[in-house]
Amino acid sequence: MLRWNQRMLTILLRIKKKGGSRRVRRRVAMRNVYFDHAATTPVHPKVAEAMYLYLTEQYGNPSSFHAPGRTVRRAVEEAREKVASAIHARPDEITFTSGGTEAANMAILGAARANRSKGNHIITSAVEHNASLDPCKALEREGFQLTVLPVDRYGMVDVEQVREAITGQTILISVIHAQNEVGTIQPVEAIGALARERGILFHSDAAQSVGRLPVDVTKMGVDLLSFSAHKFNGPKGVGGMYLRKGVRWQRLMYGGHQETRRRAGTENVPGIVGMAVALELALADMEKRTVFLAGLRDRLIQGVLSSIPKSILTGHPTMRLPNLASFCFEYVEGESILLSLDGKKISVSSGSACTSRLLEPSHVLLAMGLAPEIAQSSIRVSLGLGNTEEDVDYFLRELPPIIERLRAMSPLFGCEDDKCLEGEDCFTCTAKK
Amino acid sequence: MYSEKVMDHFNNPRNVGEIPDADGVGQVGNPACGDIMKIFLKIKDNVIDDIKFKTFGCGAAVATSSMVTEMVKGKTLDEAMGVSNKMVAEALDGLPPQKMHCSNLAADALHAAIEDYRRKHPMAE
Repeated sequence: MLRWNQRMLTILLRIKKKGGSRRVRRRVAMRNVYFDHAATTPVHPKVAEAMYLYLTEQYGNPSSFHAPGRTVRRAVEEAREKVASAIHARPDEITFTSGGTEAANMAILGAARANRSKGNHIITSAVEHNASLDPCKALEREGFQLTVLPVDRYGMVDVEQVREAITGQTILISVIHAQNEVGTIQPVEAIGALARERGILFHSDAAQSVGRLPVDVTKMGVDLLSFSAHKFNGPKGVGGMYLRKGVRWQRLMYGGHQETRRRAGTENVPGIVGMAVALELALADMEKRTVFLAGLRDRLIQGVLSSIPKSILTGHPTMRLPNLASFCFEYVEGESILLSLDGKKISVSSGSACTSRLLEPSHVLLAMGLAPEIAQSSIRVSLGLGNTEEDVDYFLRELPPIIERLRAMSPLFGCEDDKCLEGEDCFTCTAKK
Repeated sequence: MYSEKVMDHFNNPRNVGEIPDADGVGQVGNPACGDIMKIFLKIKDNVIDDIKFKTFGCGAAVATSSMVTEMVKGKTLDEAMGVSNKMVAEALDGLPPQKMHCSNLAADALHAAIEDYRRKHPMAE
């Protein structure tokens, strides 16, 4: 009752200001809504605080003999223990890198090349991030045999297909833990068990899962894992590779003897310290945060699917990241949706060709069997630190009119599925109308 | 990334729609990028009396479609055939390099519509 009165008062005052006779227009406030946490996340204030010391007073080189060096050396090793403990690994199994991409490259290239004498066959999936897929393709050009496993319509790898693909020459399997575009969580434990049974090395790209889901390298049965700090509210430019003790592996970076000769180069001390603090914070309230974000995610999904016709949720319905929802909106192209949302200060991303520098639509969506024109219409929403119920409300309010406006402009809108001839693509059909 | 003019044409596109009894219709598409542009023409005395467009595509695709229709409405067919993709991009104060291919479709769709009209009305000029 009080709020109603306050609102009436504000409106009345505005009428008085404008001279009374003009119609008062209620201006709906825009909010900055960042829904692209899968791309990168804000640095947690406590992380920035912890890093500051190593950006200012403690600038020593961890390899130096003297006191400034020894002080930062201790900080790096403490960070290593924290990171190791977070994924149930030993400290000497953690190597710090410049990020998830370097870690994935090191893991795949290092493991394959070092074990070449045992075989030359690698198995991976069609929904890997380029940071894993491209090293595998590079190995293929080096003479390795590569099998890229297909996925089902949810983007899920079938463990039986992994089993069938294994030959006497298979030395490495690489399957992403939580898929970054559609959020599908792969059956990594089953793949790990299979790999262990057959004596094959298993790598998993855990960039989207470390800090978001419980990651236990012993339960996953992985020999190698790659992860990235800026995905869990740590700084950019730092990540890590887990390498199980005893695994034959060869380094990529030559030079100094840092990281027990696994990765030459002076350590990114502030980044490493920041990553460890970020991971500690992420683990501390993971359960609570997961429940909260999953709640927001589900309300968002429900809101989108119920208010926008011909909209599809991609990825597995249940085996999905708690914070991620990716949609396709038929008849509308992804970048134009992004641009319109950006105009409303809402940040999301898309799998459309126009948003990728290579101008190719998402290989993940195509691998899931989506028609190219549907893959072009994808929008990925990923939630995280700082997002609220009000953010979801705002998104649900702004998105439907955007889709409606873009559909009104689209030559594909008004397509009835039953009018399309068998095997005819959208372009040919539309041209006839 | 996009100029103010591009954003204006994206947010307030001119001449969106269809012409049910159009004299010429042209559609082009770029499968790589996924853009599809369709242009409808109403011709009177060799002049573009009315022009409408529909586009499935990115910001650049929408803006270039809108701009090309604005540029040729009221012009003769020969003048309209002379409008190039480069001219459309320039009228929009330029496009990012990776978006130039999107703009290629706008003038192509217009020319396709004019050619469609000329095919149907060979004696008209």
